[in-house]
Amino acid sequence: MPAIMEAPMVEIETLSLWYGAKQVLKGVTMSVPKHRVTAYIGPSGCGKTTLLRCLNRMNDLVDGVRITGAIRIGGTDIYDAALDVTELRKRVGMVFQKSNPFPKSIFENVAYGPRILGVRNRTDLDGLVERSLRGAALWDEVADRLHESALGLSGGQQQRLCIARAIAVEPDVLLMDEPCSALDPIATAKIEELMLELKNGYTIVIVTHNMQQAARVSDDTGFMLLGELVEFGVTRQLFTNPRDKRTEDYITGRFG
Amino acid sequence: MTRGLWRSGEPFIWLTAGALATALLMVGGLVAIIVANAAGFFWPSDIVRLTLRDGTVLTGPVTERERIPGAANAWRVKVNVANRDVYAADFVWADESAITRRARPADVAVVERTEWGLLIGSLVALEDGEVVVAAGPATWPEAQRRLPAAAALRAEIRTVEKRDIGAINHEHEQLRLRLRQLEGRGVTAGADLDAARARLAKLQSNYAAQEARLTALRGRQTATLVVAVDGGKQKKVPLAQVLDVSFPNAMSVVAKAGRYVAGVWQFVSGVPRESNTEGGVFPAIFGTVMMVMLMSIMVTPLGVLAAFYLREYARQGAFVSVVRIAVNNLAGVPSIVFGVFGVGFFIYGVGGTIDRLFYAEALPTPTYGTGGILWASLTLALLTIPVVIVATEEGLSAIPGGTREASLALGATKLETTLKVVLPAVMPSILTGLILAMARAAGEVAPLMITGVVKLAPSLPVDGFWPFVHLDRKFMHLGFHIYDVGFQSPNVDAARPMVFATTLLLLLIVVLLNLFAIATRNRLRRTYATAAV
Repeated sequence: MPAIMEAPMVEIETLSLWYGAKQVLKGVTMSVPKHRVTAYIGPSGCGKTTLLRCLNRMNDLVDGVRITGAIRIGGTDIYDAALDVTELRKRVGMVFQKSNPFPKSIFENVAYGPRILGVRNRTDLDGLVERSLRGAALWDEVADRLHESALGLSGGQQQRLCIARAIAVEPDVLLMDEPCSALDPIATAKIEELMLELKNGYTIVIVTHNMQQAARVSDDTGFMLLGELVEFGVTRQLFTNPRDKRTEDYITGRFG
Repeated sequence: MTRGLWRSGEPFIWLTAGALATALLMVGGLVAIIVANAAGFFWPSDIVRLTLRDGTVLTGPVTERERIPGAANAWRVKVNVANRDVYAADFVWADESAITRRARPADVAVVERTEWGLLIGSLVALEDGEVVVAAGPATWPEAQRRLPAAAALRAEIRTVEKRDIGAINHEHEQLRLRLRQLEGRGVTAGADLDAARARLAKLQSNYAAQEARLTALRGRQTATLVVAVDGGKQKKVPLAQVLDVSFPNAMSVVAKAGRYVAGVWQFVSGVPRESNTEGGVFPAIFGTVMMVMLMSIMVTPLGVLAAFYLREYARQGAFVSVVRIAVNNLAGVPSIVFGVFGVGFFIYGVGGTIDRLFYAEALPTPTYGTGGILWASLTLALLTIPVVIVATEEGLSAIPGGTREASLALGATKLETTLKVVLPAVMPSILTGLILAMARAAGEVAPLMITGVVKLAPSLPVDGFWPFVHLDRKFMHLGFHIYDVGFQSPNVDAARPMVFATTLLLLLIVVLLNLFAIATRNRLRRTYATAAV
């Protein structure tokens, strides 16, 4: 396993999840190492997005969801009844499949998280917004129109704005749910480049449909099928020398 | 061929365009009729003197011309001969075939007075007491010289009546209630009672003083204008009753335009006279706008909060669907039903309870237990709440779920998300709902008739007496005014132009209120940019 050199950031232990009677995750166990990009790949409906959304408890919003097992992030059990879920979400940021900027100005989008955290000072906010936008490689494109609507940006810019918004609260972990699936190749390349930069400061977990993308950006990859984590390992090894037959079938395009 | 034409889509485009054109034509026609009838009302039309074959003379503006029913190619005209107090009717039909002479004498004066409507005739003399001050051609300059003073005097009398005596009456009523309150508590002696009685006595003497002042002021109104009218009669009009004298036949277009503007201003700023068929409609404008404002203040928070619960918090299921359908159907309940509910619940229920608890000393005269602007506004708020709920709900459902998730994923609570992300984003929809609600409320009459609108309200709901805003007062409303003037007026011919003018005014007010709301919405849209791509 690749995580031996450092203490894992996220530990998942025999995690199972049901939507009503339907079991979506089946005893997933794995560790996500710190400051690396971890990708989940697998066919549609395999549970990879559900697994991702367990990490910041976004699944709580779904009616009739039931979870067993444990997830620890930075050593804290995130399903502990005493844990404040909003505190968790401040530590675990998320970027969604479809870019979802608020119908507000670019500045207000980025400042939203810090404001929720109680940052009121205008100078602090200005600094935070600039730092976050630079971190998301968007600053040069929007510096002169910070107070214009975020909805006027292009799709790729919107997605990078969402990344800037997520890192403005300085989370430990950044979850990305197919962040490039709605983008053109150039915008996708920019985001991938960005991920490689961001992994120096954040632990990134990404769900992707696109195996080439997983191969390009991730350090570790997990292959999921029908709610099970079939194989998890260093990306290069998983793609070149899969241990499981099903993984091999999937990455060679025999199904999926 | 036909099939090909249909498939080309061309006929369908024409069909849609035709439907729109028909709708526009109908609305445009309605507005055109209103504008055409209302706009001419204030224009000083020429006075025609018609001499009929039998020697009768009719002087006045010709207001209508129509074919005599049943007769071929025979026409008749309607002349507004005015002088309601001299003749039986102020509008007379004359067969065109019977007219032997038409003239437009330049010296015909139109006297506008506080009572009995217009007086049309020639100025003969100006008398002061029994003395003839001026006669013949000198009458008008002398009258013109004296009119401003007469108007000032009239205004002063009005001020004494309304403000000075009004204040005494107001305080007198307060004291009377205070005494009744003390009496109710069984207080028969003491400082309170003595003070109140002393004050009451003081008020009585104040009142006598004002009364004497009024008599003195009225004593100065001695001048009379003598006007010769058709039929060889003379009419003496106290100068104090003369609002204005004009000679339309001698007026240039510019002068007429000036009078037109003055007439419009008088209409929107003045108070009604002669059972609403003359004068202005200011109290009705005030009542309408104030009621719509009150309604907006009440309906917006209530409707928005209800919509938020329905869409953001309630578990979406059969029950919520039923509630939603019920709310939508509420919009289809006849407005009079809301009026009846308003009477039963707000006026008798809530108002009656308020009276028993807080205004017991005034009973059996109701304070809040009778129609008033508050209850009318509440009734309309109830009537328009479905509009606000539906519009807000639609706005809420148009906000992508991802927007809420993004906020939650940043560690915001549900409340923070609702207030900081969802509410600003749904603001334009809320305003759309409010625009529709205001338009509906401003035009509603039926429920108002039983919840507080009156033909003539003695005072506005806002005045100089504590607490300045009197929500218990009855009020006037343009919509009801139209009904009252148009259908309850004893003098239909004289009232008709007023109906159109009032209608036009009501339309303008609705348009103005809407423009204001639309401007606000557009500004919000720019701020939150939900319309941007």
